[in-house]
Amino acid sequence: MMRFLLLFSRQGKLRLQKWFTPMSEREKKKIIRDMTTMVLARQPRSCNFLHWKDLKIIYKRYASLYFCLAIENQENELIALEVIHRYVELLDKYFGNVCELDIIFNFEKAYFILDEFLMGGEIQETSKQMVNRSIEASDMLQETMEEYMSKPAF
Amino acid sequence: MSDVVEKTLTALPSLLSLDSQPGSTKLSSTSKLGTLIRGITELTSKHEEEKLIQHELTSIKEQVSSPNTSMRQMKELMVRAIYCEMLGYEASFSYIHAIKLAQQGTALEKRVGYLAVSLFLNESHELLLLLVNTVLKDLQSTNLIEVCMALTVVSQMFPKDMIPAILPLVEEKLNHPKEIIRRKAVLALYKFYLIAPNQVQHIHNKFRKALCDKDPGVMTASLHIYLQMIQENPEGYKDLTPSFVTILKQVVGGKLPMDFNYHSVPAPWLQIQLLRILSLLGKNDQSTSEIMYEVLDESLRRAEMNHNITYAILYECVKCIYTIHPKSELLEKAAKCIGNFVLSPKINLKYLGLKALTYVVQQDPKLALQHQMTIIECLDHPDLIIKRETLELLFRITNAQNVTVIVEKIMLLYYLYLVCSCFLVFFPMNHYTYAPDNEWFIETMNTVFSVGGDMMQPDIPNSFLKLLSEGFDSVEEDRKLRLFAVDSYVSLLQGEPGKLPQRFLQVISWVLGEYSYLRKELEAARVLRLLAKLLDMKNTSSETKSWVLMAMTKLCEGRTGLSVAQEVSETYSSSLDTVLRQRAQELQHLSQDWELQARVLPRDAGHEPLEVDSSLSFLDGFVSEALAAGAAPYKPQHQRQEELAQAKALSLEPYGLSLPISMSSCSIADRQSPTLLSISSGLSGDSTELSHKGGSTSLKLDGVKRVWGREGYLAQREPVEESAHVEVPSPLRSPNHQGEADSQTPTPTPTPDPEQEKQQLASSLFVGLSSQSSVCLMGKSEPTPQRFRRKTKGPGSSSAVGEQISNSLVSTPSTVDNLLCNNLLESNITSELDVSSLEQTSQLAHGLTTANGNCDVELTDSDIKGSSPSLNGDNEVVAADPGSHEDPDGPKDLCLSSHLPAELSGLSHSEITPLCSKQSLDLSACHVHKDDFLVLVVFIYNSSDSDIQQILLELDSDELEVSCVCDNRVQEARSHSVAVCQYFLTVKRPSVHFKVVGIVSYQFPVGTPQSVQFSYKLPLTSFIRPLTLTTEEYGTMWLDFSHDTKQNLTLISDGQEPLAATLNMLEKKLQLHVVEVIGMEGIVACQLLQDQPCLMHCRLHAGTLAVWLRSPVPDLPDCLMYHCQRALQEH
Repeated sequence: MMRFLLLFSRQGKLRLQKWFTPMSEREKKKIIRDMTTMVLARQPRSCNFLHWKDLKIIYKRYASLYFCLAIENQENELIALEVIHRYVELLDKYFGNVCELDIIFNFEKAYFILDEFLMGGEIQETSKQMVNRSIEASDMLQETMEEYMSKPAF
Repeated sequence: MSDVVEKTLTALPSLLSLDSQPGSTKLSSTSKLGTLIRGITELTSKHEEEKLIQHELTSIKEQVSSPNTSMRQMKELMVRAIYCEMLGYEASFSYIHAIKLAQQGTALEKRVGYLAVSLFLNESHELLLLLVNTVLKDLQSTNLIEVCMALTVVSQMFPKDMIPAILPLVEEKLNHPKEIIRRKAVLALYKFYLIAPNQVQHIHNKFRKALCDKDPGVMTASLHIYLQMIQENPEGYKDLTPSFVTILKQVVGGKLPMDFNYHSVPAPWLQIQLLRILSLLGKNDQSTSEIMYEVLDESLRRAEMNHNITYAILYECVKCIYTIHPKSELLEKAAKCIGNFVLSPKINLKYLGLKALTYVVQQDPKLALQHQMTIIECLDHPDLIIKRETLELLFRITNAQNVTVIVEKIMLLYYLYLVCSCFLVFFPMNHYTYAPDNEWFIETMNTVFSVGGDMMQPDIPNSFLKLLSEGFDSVEEDRKLRLFAVDSYVSLLQGEPGKLPQRFLQVISWVLGEYSYLRKELEAARVLRLLAKLLDMKNTSSETKSWVLMAMTKLCEGRTGLSVAQEVSETYSSSLDTVLRQRAQELQHLSQDWELQARVLPRDAGHEPLEVDSSLSFLDGFVSEALAAGAAPYKPQHQRQEELAQAKALSLEPYGLSLPISMSSCSIADRQSPTLLSISSGLSGDSTELSHKGGSTSLKLDGVKRVWGREGYLAQREPVEESAHVEVPSPLRSPNHQGEADSQTPTPTPTPDPEQEKQQLASSLFVGLSSQSSVCLMGKSEPTPQRFRRKTKGPGSSSAVGEQISNSLVSTPSTVDNLLCNNLLESNITSELDVSSLEQTSQLAHGLTTANGNCDVELTDSDIKGSSPSLNGDNEVVAADPGSHEDPDGPKDLCLSSHLPAELSGLSHSEITPLCSKQSLDLSACHVHKDDFLVLVVFIYNSSDSDIQQILLELDSDELEVSCVCDNRVQEARSHSVAVCQYFLTVKRPSVHFKVVGIVSYQFPVGTPQSVQFSYKLPLTSFIRPLTLTTEEYGTMWLDFSHDTKQNLTLISDGQEPLAATLNMLEKKLQLHVVEVIGMEGIVACQLLQDQPCLMHCRLHAGTLAVWLRSPVPDLPDCLMYHCQRALQEH
């Protein structure tokens, strides 16, 4: 099971946080601090895995953004790496050539995509098409409804 | 979709209002969030950012609370609030609005609301309760998206105790026509299963349905639950093995829709999940394993593409193959597979290869042999994580032949590993089993101590000392080991002890104090002088000093010794440090009185268990003397502070920490100091408070200043590291190396030919790994070898290992724990009786709670059928023996109350409860409340046609004193009539509930004597009476009482004035007397029968009732607090 997913920039600025198990604010703050320092200190050409307490930390850098996923000890590291990759693919598909700024300015969208992809710390939908379809379904509803409802009647 | 929106946007540019959120367009320059973000990026200092965000938060706050804000604007505000929180600024004012948004918004707004809720609140937040209704509503919605959102938020966070409210609705969703809803429902149930497994127990068969769902997505989701359940109980799901195998076969065979492919690998997540399930099912089970061999083989074969995802599957496959019952053909393939990992140039794969090797090396040590060169290379890998993994692997292949080299290798690399010093925790002890000889062991430990030093976990020195003191199988060996340790330490002290870490010095002084007598030619005075030198060194910590003084106390004898001791003790008896002062005093007194010294510190006393009187009862006399002489009774610290705070109106907060600081000496001594106990005893006069107090001091100190960490003095890291470099090589040049040709070859100095060196290193590292040593390797699989484990069972050594002492400090069970226990076990608190008897369960069934399984009564059969098993609260009896039913005499219970003795009949009494019945004898009881006493009345009803004589009723209780009202303990019961016995009950020792156990023995005119046991339970409240006091009297009494407890209780909120309502309720239910209510505070008094007062002080505080109970009787406040709590809960 996954425990948390953090996205942060090269400067250590948090961009997205998802906690799959209950955690107090203090713990969260500590984890975020630990993760950024640990991951940012890694040399290039090191492996993508770290140990932290009883968890395995899987991280990967995409351009200027670090994706950092914590999994329980018995989980498979490589597949976790693919979870990150699949999430990036999903973001890419949705935003079209995604960059860090997309995630900064539309972080709630990034959360929604994540919610369709992972649920309760497990993979919910592995099919890229399906995730996008359900995101789009709700988007369609919200955007169009909203845009058209607020449109002044000429 | 993005195109659609894009078009919409280009088509309607003028229609976009300022605060709209562009869908998938790039950042909008006009949105407020955009402005905020841009504003932040332009800032240069943290301070400016703070100012900007505070400003932003104020404006958000203003807008959210304005009634004119539309839901749409609210959504936008919420996004900004989320952003501020992500930057680490609290926006708690918006939480309630997030819930409102989720409640009232339409689709997108709702979604943002839910998102905000899931980011802002955690599972225990009280506002979350407000969400339950919204979720309920959305779960019932006809809009699929709303249902999806509700299920998502439920699986993200939901209050545990509200699960039953929504469970039926979520269950219903398992039958939903849309597969996405079904899948989400399954995942939500999985989440419920994780946080509250017993809540979803009844739907296990529905999980099976989900497993057979026609949609593979739903099936995949259900596997999460199955993995969890199989982990807990593999036996229960063996029957599903063929199904899992079939599913895997289909997946591997590419039978799933293309949708599930990931980089053209069919459903990798599903495959891995199935492999993990299979490995759990096949573990230690040959027949189950055989079912899966074929599909595992297939999986290995199919996963050939060179992509991460196939490696992930392969890795899982290999793990599975090595976990289940082995099959040589598969093992071979798996081993080859591991080879691919290890040899891969990709570092991630190499890492996993090492991990896989570590996993399998216990079964197949030769595999490590195959890859020895790669392993050697990995040892020098620049990535620390790889290095660590390699060490872990080396660790697993340690045996008697290669231990020296491996340890040496670890040592050389060691200084890099200060970060992961945890590695060393299990290092030295584990390896002692393989240590070639004593000298090597001591030398190695010397290196470990001087390198690891203060960074090391305290367990290592502790267990080292324990090992020394408890010894091994042979006395002679022990003596030699200790002797060698003494020699080596004396020579170390003669060198430059100033460079040694504090922890090592402590070890040295303990060992010298304890064992230097073994070396006959070594004069005690010389050791004393060496030790005294340590005291004079500037950087010796006071903790170390106290160890040294302790050692000197053990050593001083003879005239020269005495003079050194006197000198030292004079210096330190005026030390500011209380611990040192105490030690110095001990030294002074013991050095003068040898007889006493021999008694206090007997030589070689390591084997006797050390008993610690944690209640400090030996001080009782001293305390009572002091009290008699007019000393104030001891008050626990929190109480003193509270009183201070109450006595003065000014807040004394800043001074609150001063108390713990003054005791800092106590906690510096940490857990391994030999002095902790005596300090605590010096500080506390009250035995019951000890454990509590010990905990609170150390807790408080945590927040004060981190000068001292677990590793010692935190500022000392740097010098330790430096000295590490210097120290490393020296002990390695130990004489015994010359004996072993193998271990000679690798030297720390670089040789011209690195390749050759590696070869040599390999040959020495992997020596003994061939087949003949496999037995030895198998032994390694246990984390702690036999030899060491045996030691840990033994009692602690004399004064060295403070563990025991600290344990006893912690482990003193508090009353609170007991209360909790009681609380769990007892589902009904009113006086209740549980009886079961083989013959007549049916008679009693209505009045009993045997179904709860907490029967208190044991019925011993001593009649003719004496061989029948005595049962303990088991309802099945009825079913098992239906023939023995007898119709109970219906009206019996009703008329029993008329048999109450005349003098008691007007008083209130508890319900008459049946105690037990046997043949024709029925026992019932009740208790009668009087103002100044409590009477237990037992009714004996004889339903037979003959009189029973010589009924002997004996009652007893641990906590109560039972005395018979009339002297005549022998009763007789005529046919179909009732005999009544009365007993006075008085409290010996307060308890939440009191249990009276009794035995009745009787004899029918014809037949053998029989007896029945029963028990009767009554709550403390039966003994509580109001105590009428004036406020002044209350005030004077309050300060005199030494036992107290505090707790926050819930208030009754339905009345106008919660305090008055709550107190009235308590007054009514528990028979307390409300002395006075002043504003937010109330004082209440009561007494335990026979004049044992208990005072209660209540204060309204942050919506709860802060209750403080005090009494001269130990345990009474705790027990009463329990009942107050119960009373309020039941209300």
